[in-house]
Amino acid sequence: MVKTEAIIGWKKLNLGAAITEPGSARAFKTGDWRTQRPILNKEACIRCGRCWIYCPEAAYSHDEEGYFICDLDYCKGCGTCAQECPTSAITMALEEI
Amino acid sequence: MIPAEAKQFTGFKARELPREEYFVSGHRACQGCGEALVLRLITKALGSRIIVAMATGCMEIVSSAFPQTAWEVPWIHVAFENAAAVASGIESALKVLMRKGKMKKEKITVLGAAGDGGTADIGIQALSGVLERGHNLIYICLDNEAYMNTGIQRSSSTPYGAHTTTSPHGKKSIGQITWKKNMAMIAAAHSIPYVATVCPTFYLDLMNKIKKASLMSGPAYIHCFSPCPTGWRYSPDLSIKIGRLAVETGVFPLYEIVDGGLKITHPIRKLKPVKDYLQLQGRFRHLGDEDITRIQDRVNKEVAKLIDLEKFGSFYKTSLAHS
Repeated sequence: MVKTEAIIGWKKLNLGAAITEPGSARAFKTGDWRTQRPILNKEACIRCGRCWIYCPEAAYSHDEEGYFICDLDYCKGCGTCAQECPTSAITMALEEI
Repeated sequence: MIPAEAKQFTGFKARELPREEYFVSGHRACQGCGEALVLRLITKALGSRIIVAMATGCMEIVSSAFPQTAWEVPWIHVAFENAAAVASGIESALKVLMRKGKMKKEKITVLGAAGDGGTADIGIQALSGVLERGHNLIYICLDNEAYMNTGIQRSSSTPYGAHTTTSPHGKKSIGQITWKKNMAMIAAAHSIPYVATVCPTFYLDLMNKIKKASLMSGPAYIHCFSPCPTGWRYSPDLSIKIGRLAVETGVFPLYEIVDGGLKITHPIRKLKPVKDYLQLQGRFRHLGDEDITRIQDRVNKEVAKLIDLEKFGSFYKTSLAHS
């Protein structure tokens, strides 16, 4: 004998394999993949924003003065910003434990 | 026919680029991934009112490691071959829901995206169907020139001479023995309103083309050059430089085809030698001078063909269903 009250219709079920929180990957810090970190020399920086637009991780953000600051929680240390910086204001330094 | 909105669009300004991110930090792409950068720029250009259908591939696995997602916009993962078909279904459903008044009427851009395997090999029939039926959507091919997700197997988009795990070089082989499939021209052969090739190095050009594609009525096909440090065997900081060299040597010329008229958007009359592009990458390391000359000849021919097409003017008219 089936208990009718225990049967749940398909309309009441949650959608399977759906992620309802947008951008939840932010909780996963990719910074620990890094072997080298970008270091910004503010005197040489012309605030062109190339590091920001070319960063595949979207790790760069604007600060109040208009400089672009790298979020080391997410920076994977690829070195694209240092390579593309027109004034060489960004240099890569090895991470030391 | 080009819609008035598309004609009025003058382009993004370098100083006033949108700051919002819709493809956020925390995705699992390799260091220096050019493909992740392409997706980030595309979503930046289109804004939040989009729906993305994406086939299996690198960008699918790195962006949606369950139970997390790197997308800030509605996104659906579909099988390898049917990203275009699902995108067309979404577009039709939106159209019907808006017509019946069950949804607010607004412009929602539908984006189908797949890698080069999901576009040129496995998904080509679904893509061809969508382009022929004339759905109002954008299809994006993220071309990293092999099946990088499963470990660098050759695809029909792999260039001549490239070493992959299924086209290895050796004493009797030079790697890939066929030339790269010209997907952008195959898409253009469907007489669709908008076809373009983009490269993340020229980010303003990329964002403008994507935005223009979303303003067109009818299907648009965008072919994205996506440098891959892991599969192409180069240092991860060189992605942007490789993209620049690919355009400047003529290996991957940037152009757009609006309503049948081809326009080269980055000048390719004074080309750098192809060797500059090849020597940076480990997958071409085994090539001798003879092979490089063969590649150079082919590139010269392709570029000459494009310049001729540009001079020719409009070589097709968009079919009636799209206009």
